[in-house]
Amino acid sequence: MARIHRRKLLQLSGAGAVAAKTGGIAAILATGRAPAYAQGTTVHWLRWNDFVPSSDKVLREQIVPAAAKDLGITLNIEMINGNDIQARTTAAIQSGTGPDVICALNNWPQLYADSLADVSEVAEKLGKDQGGYYKESIAVANDGKKWLGVPWCILGNENSYRKSWFEAVGFTKFPETWDEYRDAGKKLKANGQPIGQAMGHSFGDPPTFFYPYLWSWGGKEVEKDGKTVALNGKETIESVKFWTAFWKDCCDEGGLAWDDSSNNRAFLAGTISSTLNGASIYLLAKREGDKYQSEKGTPLWQDILHGALPKGPAGQFSYQLPMTNMLMGYSKQQKATRDFLAWITSKPVYQTWFNSQQGYSVGATTVWEEDPIWKNDPVMDLFRLAGRSGQFPGYAGPADRKAGEGMSKYVIVDMYAKAVQGMPAEDAVKWATGELQKIYV
Amino acid sequence: MAISEAVGQRAFAQAPRRGWATRLLEDERWLAVSLLLPTVVLLGLFIAYPFVQGVLLAITDTKVGIPGRFVGVQNFIALWYDSIFRTAVWNTFVYTAVATVFKLALGLWLALLLNRHFKGKAFTRAFILLPFIIPTVLSTFAWKWMFDPTFSVINWTLFQLGLIHGRINWLGDPDLALISVIIVNVWRGVPFFAISLLAGLQTINPELQEAAAIDGARAWQRFWHVTWPLLLPVTMVVMLFSIIQTFADFQLVYVLTGGGPANATQLFATYAYQIGVGTGLLSEGAAVSLAMFPFLLFVVVVQLLYIRRVEVH
Repeated sequence: MARIHRRKLLQLSGAGAVAAKTGGIAAILATGRAPAYAQGTTVHWLRWNDFVPSSDKVLREQIVPAAAKDLGITLNIEMINGNDIQARTTAAIQSGTGPDVICALNNWPQLYADSLADVSEVAEKLGKDQGGYYKESIAVANDGKKWLGVPWCILGNENSYRKSWFEAVGFTKFPETWDEYRDAGKKLKANGQPIGQAMGHSFGDPPTFFYPYLWSWGGKEVEKDGKTVALNGKETIESVKFWTAFWKDCCDEGGLAWDDSSNNRAFLAGTISSTLNGASIYLLAKREGDKYQSEKGTPLWQDILHGALPKGPAGQFSYQLPMTNMLMGYSKQQKATRDFLAWITSKPVYQTWFNSQQGYSVGATTVWEEDPIWKNDPVMDLFRLAGRSGQFPGYAGPADRKAGEGMSKYVIVDMYAKAVQGMPAEDAVKWATGELQKIYV
Repeated sequence: MAISEAVGQRAFAQAPRRGWATRLLEDERWLAVSLLLPTVVLLGLFIAYPFVQGVLLAITDTKVGIPGRFVGVQNFIALWYDSIFRTAVWNTFVYTAVATVFKLALGLWLALLLNRHFKGKAFTRAFILLPFIIPTVLSTFAWKWMFDPTFSVINWTLFQLGLIHGRINWLGDPDLALISVIIVNVWRGVPFFAISLLAGLQTINPELQEAAAIDGARAWQRFWHVTWPLLLPVTMVVMLFSIIQTFADFQLVYVLTGGGPANATQLFATYAYQIGVGTGLLSEGAAVSLAMFPFLLFVVVVQLLYIRRVEVH
């Protein structure tokens, strides 16, 4: 048995600590030893229950032990409903205690900017190493001066549609313009196969549809100065008029009461022909091929394809859901948590989680576009570049607190909802403009 | 002399020693204070402190993580001009008024039925309480399924019975959505009314009913002139609790509609949550919550005065 002298022991135990103090994750990886944090260092990471359950399993069964081995920390991952994260974040900030890292959705880092630690060092390095970030990730996680969080991923949103049903009404590929989509939708609804779109108060599906829809007509909430409300224009009014007709002609009118999971259920039950969603519909149908079948008795996933939101007069847009890991300012484990964030987003570690997502998430950096996973299934290919087209509510202004307020009050979603409930388009736009003016004072 | 002194000393030595606490508590004023203290501390910690904090928040511009500065009544002025807030106020009044009337009527009816003797009475009484016992979030999720635009079991049943030919958009139509949340609130609240009123009914001496019956009073007359006046104090207390709970209801609407569609079911509490937590504007959220206070205070004062008057008479 090899003897370890006092001097050697000091060198060994000191190496990790020095690496952690001086060189961050690169030094940790270079020495191949975990840094010597204070015994029992625990990093508490709060995140949502993933729509891909196998990813949560990967985090618990692979990432947690790896963090103990590589970083010498106990990683405590807490998973809760996505709708409850903001309540937890608010309570944590106000009480000054809680998770060290909170995985935020949308532009929440902007809402809590004053309570977050500056993670510019980690985020800058990650962006540099991995081909740069998508503009949406930058918009929500960077306030122009510093990084408020480390971008984690982008949840791609595309239309899932029934190939055979669209072919039956003469569309061999997904409609490219709103007029084409309306034409297809009319025929599909006549066949009892309407388009499904949520218009209720739910943080995912309604905003990810109606913001890009508005932009595609040339409408926008505010000017670039982030102050001047610019909603009340003929482009917005035209978009509302078109949507009112589209809703009646093409859509399942139950959508006014839908939440983020309703369209998944409706699609999988075969009551709608197309809906804007993450890839979870296709992935679930594929994973449980025996359970989800088409009316012909064939596996449903074989009849599902993906299509981008159609183009409008002003172009084609999308709003993909960004996620960001925020290092909380009150955390007592600043150094260990910073190293954890660098470690979890480093390519070999992130790869494990990324693979488990099967394309449901796009990385926050462009390097993941070239990952071999995209070659596994051509149906998922559209999601590969989803991050490139996304922009965030509040456009053409910044994705700041005011943009978040507009979103959380569902001003844009409700503008369209009011119109389909019978309010004249001009009045609906006027109402929404008034609400935005109160926000952007 | 020597013997009597010795006996006297022994008797003195055997008398129980009174500690300072005992001596203090013998004073009625201190005894009252010590008996009230636990309640005062609990009320102070869990009611007065949050309330004062809420008031302080509402008159500042505090955001999550950013201490606010004093802005006076600016948040309330902003609310006055907020169309969503006005919608929430209207919805809350309609929601509370309609739900309370139905809960009282159905609860009283159920209590009168349960007050009779029949086989399986104890089981039925326990069973009736189920909606009240099940966690609201859980039962509301079940209702959400029943009202689902696509998979509604209610629609399916009505369709199979030939009563409807299309779909009823329970939570998608603005008027129906408010009616739907009221239905769920009534379903959940009726057991509370029924059991409380049943307890009230059982305190009424049956001899009064018998005497009225001997005098020729019919069932309705016996109820209106004997049962109802005696049940009134209990009814007022039950209504007081119900109005407060219904007015500040949150979880039911949050789960069923999130305040949608287009704010058709937005209530004080859901809007306060949306503003305070969703947007991080804590002070404005607190102002929305606090706006409930004058109405609730008015209801409490009026009802308590009424109860006192009834009791005095």
